Amino acid sequence: MLDALLTPFTEFEFMRRALVGTIAIAVGGAPVGVFLMLRRMSLTGDAMAHAILPGAAVGYLVAGLSLPAMTAGGLVAGMIVAVLAGLVARFTDLKEDASLAAFYLLSLALGVTIVSLRGSNVDLLHVLFGTVLALDDAALVLIAAIATVTLLALALLYRPLVLECVDPTFLRSVSRAGTPTHLAFLGLVVLNLVGGFHALGTLLAVGLMMLPAAAARFWCADITLMTAAATLIGILSGYAGLLLSYHWELPAGPAVILTAGGIYVLSLTLGPQGGLVWLARPGRHLEA
Amino acid sequence: MTLRSYVIAALAALLMPGLALAQGASWGDTPAGDAPPKLKVVASFSILADFVRRVGGDRIELTTLVGPDGDAHVYAPTPADARRIGDAKVVFVNGLGLEGWIGRLVKAAAGRSTVVEAARGVARVEAAGEPGHSHGGADPHAWQNVANARIYVANIRDALNAADPAGRAAYDANAAAYLAELDALDAEVRAAIARIPADRRRIITSHDAFAYFEKAYGIDFVAPQGVSTEAEASARDVARIIQQIRRERIRAVFVENISDPRLVERIARETGARIGDRLYSDALSGPGGPAATYIDMIRHNIRAFSTALSS
Repeated sequence: MLDALLTPFTEFEFMRRALVGTIAIAVGGAPVGVFLMLRRMSLTGDAMAHAILPGAAVGYLVAGLSLPAMTAGGLVAGMIVAVLAGLVARFTDLKEDASLAAFYLLSLALGVTIVSLRGSNVDLLHVLFGTVLALDDAALVLIAAIATVTLLALALLYRPLVLECVDPTFLRSVSRAGTPTHLAFLGLVVLNLVGGFHALGTLLAVGLMMLPAAAARFWCADITLMTAAATLIGILSGYAGLLLSYHWELPAGPAVILTAGGIYVLSLTLGPQGGLVWLARPGRHLEA
Repeated sequence: MTLRSYVIAALAALLMPGLALAQGASWGDTPAGDAPPKLKVVASFSILADFVRRVGGDRIELTTLVGPDGDAHVYAPTPADARRIGDAKVVFVNGLGLEGWIGRLVKAAAGRSTVVEAARGVARVEAAGEPGHSHGGADPHAWQNVANARIYVANIRDALNAADPAGRAAYDANAAAYLAELDALDAEVRAAIARIPADRRRIITSHDAFAYFEKAYGIDFVAPQGVSTEAEASARDVARIIQQIRRERIRAVFVENISDPRLVERIARETGARIGDRLYSDALSGPGGPAATYIDMIRHNIRAFSTALSS
């Protein structure tokens, strides 16, 4: 039993690298996901993941499957969309979701156009689906650096971020930190998606950000605990997903996300904070 | 008729002469040669076409059905192909079951062409029992042994001599010159392989086209286990290949089925095996490519093997 759980990682370096990569993504991405969820921006991650595509595609077309080029391209494209959407939402009547939708759709269409102009469909698949099984030193350093920066930035932004989640009007009345905090936070979202997209691809990167956060919501009410729980769930998903991929011959990236999805469904049913089982218990509301 | 259809009819009438002119112009471009009509010949795929071109020289007008980088195993013939076959005097095919589609095509064309199996007389190698890639026993990739290429050339020469006796002198001379080149190529391949230490002559590859090469020149080709062509490999697939490379002490990897270059690189890093260049086995490359002719193709492959296996 222990053998089945450990041997894949002791025997193969690529499994160890994959594990380290998913852990780093979970450490950075899960807390960001918790804040996204609490601010009712859960779909923002998905939109931003698409917004990264044209930048990564340009990087890919210029330099091939090169880590620095695709990272830089993805960061630039993601930041532009995030900042534009954020500014439009703050200074016009258009709500953030609408402006974000507009910009990410523009960005996605641009990305698909760029890729089809120069490359084939196979190339697009490479951009959309990364390979957690093929992380080299540079990719690992990048993902770990992003996780570090994210944790430091979250520590700095913690109070204004929590305030914006709970009572944005109050934050606006006592401080002018709202807009910069918001933009910095969107920057963190983009950073983590760019990191995740090297390991899992643009689409699945969102999964390791949002699913642990959504699952953690059913276990704790406290934000600090929730971030910790989300990180743990993310790490667990990475480990279990890789094992599934190894023993059951499933593609690695989707296996990780499916595991996270399974944990979410489990939490949804059993979680003490509003899980379905607890809601279904008769008489609960009468007693309370 | 409504007004609208009158307008459309008028427009069509205006356009028709223009179209006819354009077509007439393009027809006019084809050269009306004064030279004696060339012997019309069809070859089924690019490697065979290269042999036929070398032997036939400028006495033949050669059409290739499956061009460079095309796969003759799964080719779907077009009506134009049937017409070309119907027009041709001689149709060269590889045989050994490579072109499963050719029999019906020749019947459909209903021409008076002779079909020549270029691989006739080759010592057969049985195909590895791989599902979905069966040629009914024999492995058709006989041209991977240069000695077999000599048999191809002799068959082509004889067929051309029979179809066009007036050109016998030219065909014989062309074939003799080309056979000499093939002899030199064969010696070159053997010399290149002799330079690779005997214990290093193992390659892992997803190509199943090198059985004749393996038999003739003594490089071991090992098929990777459990590789799928899916977009993403599972951790198990990658682990299996790594285990196999370690266990069988394989020196070089030529794997095309794993589409992601990053993954192949990871495998190479983890096992110390080297990644080989792209191999050409079933078709030539385009004119500018590294394997534009048969001789270039063999040279390219042998260079790829030597680079990956030496050092």
